Amino acid sequence: MQPTASTAPEGQAPRVGLLVTCLADLFRPSVGFAAVKLLEQSGCRVEVPELQTCCGQPAYNSGDAGHARAVARQVISAFEGYDYVVVPSGSCGGMVRTHYPDLFQGDAQWLGRAKQVAAKTYELTSFLVDIMGATRVEARYRGNATYHDACAGLREMGVKAQPRRLLHAVDGLNLTEMDATEVCCGFGGTFCVKYPEISGHMAADKARHAHDTGADTLLAGDLGCLMNIAGRMRRLGIDMRCYHVAEVLADMASETAPIGRGEAEKR
Amino acid sequence: MEITSQAFKSQARGALADEQLQQALTRLKTGFIDKRLDAVNRYPDFEALREQGARIKDHTLAHLDSYLERFESRVTEAGGQVHWAPDGTSACRTIVDICRHAEARRVTKSKTMAGEEIALNQALEAADLEVVETDLGEYIIQLAKEPPSHIIAPAVHKTRQQISELFDTYHHRGALKAKLREVSELVTEARKVLREQFLSADVGITGANFLVAETGSVITVTNEGNAELTNTLPRVHIVIAGIEKVVPDLDDADVLLRLLARSATGQAMSAYTTLSSGPRRPDDLDGPTEFHVVLMDNGRSKTLGGEFRQMLRCIRCGACLNHCPVYGAIGGHAYGWVYSGPMGAVLTPLSVGLDKSLDLPNACTLNGRCGAVCPVKIPLPDLLRDLRERQYEQKLTPSATRYGLSAWAFLARRPRLYQWATGLAARALSLVGARRGAFRRLPLAGGWTSVRDFPAPQGRTFMQAWRRQGRR
Repeated sequence: MQPTASTAPEGQAPRVGLLVTCLADLFRPSVGFAAVKLLEQSGCRVEVPELQTCCGQPAYNSGDAGHARAVARQVISAFEGYDYVVVPSGSCGGMVRTHYPDLFQGDAQWLGRAKQVAAKTYELTSFLVDIMGATRVEARYRGNATYHDACAGLREMGVKAQPRRLLHAVDGLNLTEMDATEVCCGFGGTFCVKYPEISGHMAADKARHAHDTGADTLLAGDLGCLMNIAGRMRRLGIDMRCYHVAEVLADMASETAPIGRGEAEKR
Repeated sequence: MEITSQAFKSQARGALADEQLQQALTRLKTGFIDKRLDAVNRYPDFEALREQGARIKDHTLAHLDSYLERFESRVTEAGGQVHWAPDGTSACRTIVDICRHAEARRVTKSKTMAGEEIALNQALEAADLEVVETDLGEYIIQLAKEPPSHIIAPAVHKTRQQISELFDTYHHRGALKAKLREVSELVTEARKVLREQFLSADVGITGANFLVAETGSVITVTNEGNAELTNTLPRVHIVIAGIEKVVPDLDDADVLLRLLARSATGQAMSAYTTLSSGPRRPDDLDGPTEFHVVLMDNGRSKTLGGEFRQMLRCIRCGACLNHCPVYGAIGGHAYGWVYSGPMGAVLTPLSVGLDKSLDLPNACTLNGRCGAVCPVKIPLPDLLRDLRERQYEQKLTPSATRYGLSAWAFLARRPRLYQWATGLAARALSLVGARRGAFRRLPLAGGWTSVRDFPAPQGRTFMQAWRRQGRR
């Protein structure tokens, strides 16, 4: 799908609706605040529509299209008035961008609205780079990091170079690529609890590949993957700090403990 | 074969604990993934080729009846015979009848997944025929009495150690001293054993990679030349193929052959590509005197008329298996039928029934890698999700999941209630878990905590914290 140009009037800061995502909302608000900071730094006006909960993906991927549609309608109504919808997750972003139109096939009214919202929905780092033209960030991070390509971001939203480009601009951060960085970490939404042994095997592979780089930090753009990898690393005794890429880019990593780590481990 | 897809979970657990299998599966990356990528990168515009492949298949499927009839006419004109088999039983019966009519005793077979699908070997053996698989991988699993675990590398789950032991048992009666032998030595030995079988077989059975309507040709590709010896040396050549294998003409076959070899093994072309177009002609130096093609439906026309039609584009390259992280973790046998990985997770429910393979569409993270490498652009993740939807509609989804989803949706559609509830949950979990930062165990989260710690929430939800800042 070709993204549309901004509907913001010439010269005015685009009005962005932030879709926080249910995982960031519940587990890691710092990801949401990091997203707001980055968007504002890039020159956007950011709002957080109150009537948001989840994008509906849990139902959609469980075969429950009816409930998925009901939640999708809510998201569409809450966000259609913005110039852009930005999501700090390729997975939830991909849900809106590619799957909302699929959900409303045969429903002319909602299909049109779904397509309109879909066309202006972006994953956070790709929005910053591709739409806002960001090349620099005001952030410092002392450490060696490796970046995991979360699947939906990579394959549904075209997120690959953008986060790396911004990470290279972080003062003090050294980025090393891991082997098989494009391979799934085993999260897969409800997959990880339905098939824990398979999921754990995949997450262990991911943790090992990340650790083999010698990096001390693992970054990604999706909290689901991060919670899975961080939780698995902790269980395996692999000592790496896991952060959402937005937290590092917004220079907020030092304000909060890494994912799955205690307060005492704030940097 | 017996369908054991219902035991997927326990079979997967067994596979994860099987050290030999795990060792064998590490070869997928170097053996297939890296080679495919290299071959794709060397091709000028592989994406355009994929588009073309998908278009050819869609066009053919839209006119399948007329292309099949054209194929039949050409085969008949060349002196061959086409047999139509509505299902596996009738396909097996037809093939056994041809063998009996030819007074055959020994049958050589070149690898055919259609044959695996209908348990052809069992039918032939039940008719007192001696069956010898001639693809090295198929030969190995025939000795091991196992089904294939991969559609193009049937013995990919076997280690060199295991193969050495099998050959020792069957070729040397366990008399060998060296228990781990070199690959080249094993190949030479298999070749010697198989050569005698090729020369003495009465009937040769092959599958088909493509059937060409324009010329009535059956195309087989191999890297071992075994299909060529199977279709040339015996008196009778029988082809078993699904009806979706037909393509309009040689130009179309050319496109699909380019896609197939690169996607399957990372080759520009397989070592042997052979067109068989009928029995031996008067001035031919060799070839069979009888040429039969068994065109098998076995559920395909039902798929053709339904929402999973795109699955019939499949050219059986195996790329989706090679790139599937779940397949890479558990191998093919856990899937419980002849097809495995993403394509198997779609084909098995379509063939044996959604209710007999409940786990297959769900045991997938929807990471999308299979769809991204499919040479004919089958939207495999979408098809898997569609199967989940059919399960949900038919109430095959476990009731705990259904109630869970309903409860979740009830909350998700009431933002204020949802935010109040998530606020409480975040607060409670962080009070208990903030110091350590994660939970080793948590009630109702056993699926998560059985293999990983559960990260604790930071405290307030984003929505609460945002409101406290007085922003909208």
